Amino acid sequence: MESFLGGVLIGISAALFMYFNGRVLGISGIVGPLFEETPKSDRVWRLSFLTSMILSGLLARFFLSDSVQTKVFGVWPDSIPKNEWLIIFVGGLLVGFGTRLGSGCTSGHGVCGISRGSMRSITSTIIFMVSAMVVVYLKKEFF
Amino acid sequence: MNQARIFISILSAIIFSVGIILSGMANPSNVIAFLDLTSAQWNPNLAFVMIGAISSNFIFSNIFTKKISAPILDKNFHLPTKKKLDRKLIVGSILFGMGWGLVGYCPGPAWISLGASLSVFPVLLFCFAMSLGALFYSRSQHFLK
Repeated sequence: MESFLGGVLIGISAALFMYFNGRVLGISGIVGPLFEETPKSDRVWRLSFLTSMILSGLLARFFLSDSVQTKVFGVWPDSIPKNEWLIIFVGGLLVGFGTRLGSGCTSGHGVCGISRGSMRSITSTIIFMVSAMVVVYLKKEFF
Repeated sequence: MNQARIFISILSAIIFSVGIILSGMANPSNVIAFLDLTSAQWNPNLAFVMIGAISSNFIFSNIFTKKISAPILDKNFHLPTKKKLDRKLIVGSILFGMGWGLVGYCPGPAWISLGASLSVFPVLLFCFAMSLGALFYSRSQHFLK
C-alpha cells in the first residue's frame, strides 16, 4: 500500500542524507538552528533543505489531479480544525518549542533515531505518541 | 564538496517530501485517524509508514553506511552526542506530542503543506507558530546561559 511505500521513500531519503552528508534527517533539527546563531555556511544547506520541502509541496499541486490533491493534503475546513485558530497557533508553538527541547520529531527520533537503536529516540517516540493520543482523546471528549 | 552537500540536501528533501505526500502523512486527518484510538475510523496507516521508513533506513545503513568511517561528502558524521534520558527530552517530547495531537501536523508535513498551499491560512499560521516556538526555545537557552 501507499503508506508503506511512502515510508520506504522516507527511509531512503534519511539513509542517503546520512550516507553522503553524515547527518540525521530530522526536520526540526535541520530547520531549528535557522532560528539560532548559526554560521552562514551552515545556513545555506539548511535553507536549501527547507526550500526544497516547500517547493516539493508546490510541485505536487502541479502534478497531482485536484481530487488526489485534496486526498493527499486535506482541505480546509475538513482536515484542519474548523475556526480553531487558537488551537492551530498553540499547536504550532508546542510543536516548534517541544521538538527543539526534545531534540527531535517524528523524522529525527521516530525514523532515524529508532533505526540507529537510540534509547533516547525510542523513549521520545513512545512519549510523543502517547502524548498525542491523549490530547486527541481529550480534544474529542471535551471540545 | 560543499556544493555537493547542498545538492544532497535538496535531493533528500525532495525524496522525503515525495515519501510524505505518497504516504498520506501530509494530511492531518490521516495522522489523527491513527492517533484517535477510540474512533470507528481508526486506521493503522501511520504505523505502516514508520515501519517502512525505519526498515528501509535500517537496511540501507547496515549494507552501506556501517561500512564507512566518514560520510562520503564530509570529514565526519554529525551524530547526536547525548545518551542520557534527561528531563529536556521527556518534557520536549510531551510538548511536541501535545501540539501534534492538537493539529495533526509535525514539522515535515507542515512545511510541505505550506508549499502545496491548499489551505493557505491555517498552514501558514501553524508554520509561523512553529517557527516562533523554535525561536522561543533558542531565546530561552540564550537567557539561561
